[in-house]
Amino acid sequence: MLKLKDGIVELYRKVATSLPSDVENELKKAYAAEEEGIAKEAMGVVLENISLARKTSRPICQDTGVPTFFIRVPRQLSQEEVRSIITAATREATEKVPLRPNAVDILTDRNSGDNTGRNIPVIYFEETGEHVLTIDLMLKGSGCENAGQTYKLPAEEIGAQRDLDGVRKCVIDAVFKAQGRGCPPYTLGVGIGATKDQVSVLAKRQLLKRIDERTGDERIIALQARLLDELNRLGIGPLGFGGKTTVIGLNIDYNHRHPASYFVDVSVCCWANRRGRLVWG
Amino acid sequence: MDIKTLTTPLSEEAVASLNVGDFVLLSGMIVTGRDRVHKYLFSELPLPDEIPFELEGAVLYHCGPIVRREDAGYRLIAGGPTTSQRVEMYEWRIIKEYGLRGIIGKGGMGEKTLRAMKEAGCVYLHTISGAAVYLADRIKRVVDGWKVEEFGAPEAMWLMEVEDFPAIVTMDASGNSLHKGVAEKSMGVYKELLGGGA
Repeated sequence: MLKLKDGIVELYRKVATSLPSDVENELKKAYAAEEEGIAKEAMGVVLENISLARKTSRPICQDTGVPTFFIRVPRQLSQEEVRSIITAATREATEKVPLRPNAVDILTDRNSGDNTGRNIPVIYFEETGEHVLTIDLMLKGSGCENAGQTYKLPAEEIGAQRDLDGVRKCVIDAVFKAQGRGCPPYTLGVGIGATKDQVSVLAKRQLLKRIDERTGDERIIALQARLLDELNRLGIGPLGFGGKTTVIGLNIDYNHRHPASYFVDVSVCCWANRRGRLVWG
Repeated sequence: MDIKTLTTPLSEEAVASLNVGDFVLLSGMIVTGRDRVHKYLFSELPLPDEIPFELEGAVLYHCGPIVRREDAGYRLIAGGPTTSQRVEMYEWRIIKEYGLRGIIGKGGMGEKTLRAMKEAGCVYLHTISGAAVYLADRIKRVVDGWKVEEFGAPEAMWLMEVEDFPAIVTMDASGNSLHKGVAEKSMGVYKELLGGGA
């Protein structure tokens, strides 16, 4: 399984040093849309940084986040084995790419130095009947991770009832509260459902989708389109300097809920929306 | 776009001449500091001579870089800004106690810091969020680090030499803040979009 480890190290390198084409295209559009001024200047530097990072194979952003894996694992493969390979690959990638060591012990405040620690990296397994192992890696900076919000509807303070219009209000509130602190233009993932833990992961999973993906129930697609327009009217703009593009895309998904519960989680991702996939087998 | 050039350490006069919206290119020595450094300086208030780098007139960069240790010292790989708001509860005291003249970061800061900046003569320089490689190429060298082992490399205080490091003045020493303006403007739209709810 030495080769899988090498594959994961390479996945780390690719995800840390380059952006998916759909994200980069939207950022180029955002640059084109801005009028002359500091927001446009800043977007110009952002685009230059993206191409420079790719060319010189250096991390786009110094915050390479909490490595988060979403894995579809075939029945015959041991999850424990995959986990230990990921741990070894994480140590190696931290040294080689390099990644910033981001795992800090809660009790001693010591940084482990290699991005591994108690439940770090974060790994979500899903067993499948497929014959291949599919590994999605997300490197999400924590400036934007901190900008995320969880809501429990109804939320009277924002006038959000238990319906899709209430969800709409939650998303607007989250972006308004984030202002420019999480490095806009943002990509958003929204999860709706029964429990707090479930909606958080569901929201984050949405960030793995292409931001121009338009599949699923038409009511959700319509809400996404409406929100994209409304959020950009907030005028927070690139990097929070004020301007036309605050959000480049969002995806929403839902689960069934409990009669007593209606949770909404909004996961905010910075412009450097770094994700990548390795299919093994 | 008009560009102002600045060289550290900054004088009170240089800081007073800067206004919100100015584009600046900064050169000279700067220090970094983020969560751990702020908590430490705020709570322990070490004397200036216990800190190996000069903070009087200094520019403090909210940055947790990727630094590689090499035989000849340290090499910076990537070094963009971190979110400044997290140190809002500490910064006012640190500006006043140590005589900082500039803060580089991203996302802006709040009222406490804005007030301290006005009282003490200090500005907030917003650099390009996430542009870690572009900015690293404008950091000529990492001179030395303080608390590297104890705080970990991302959270240590690093002394760096920068050349033509780009930033935009978003909070000036006269009490103006671009962030306040953007927040107020978005508040109007926010209220409209939420209907009667907010």
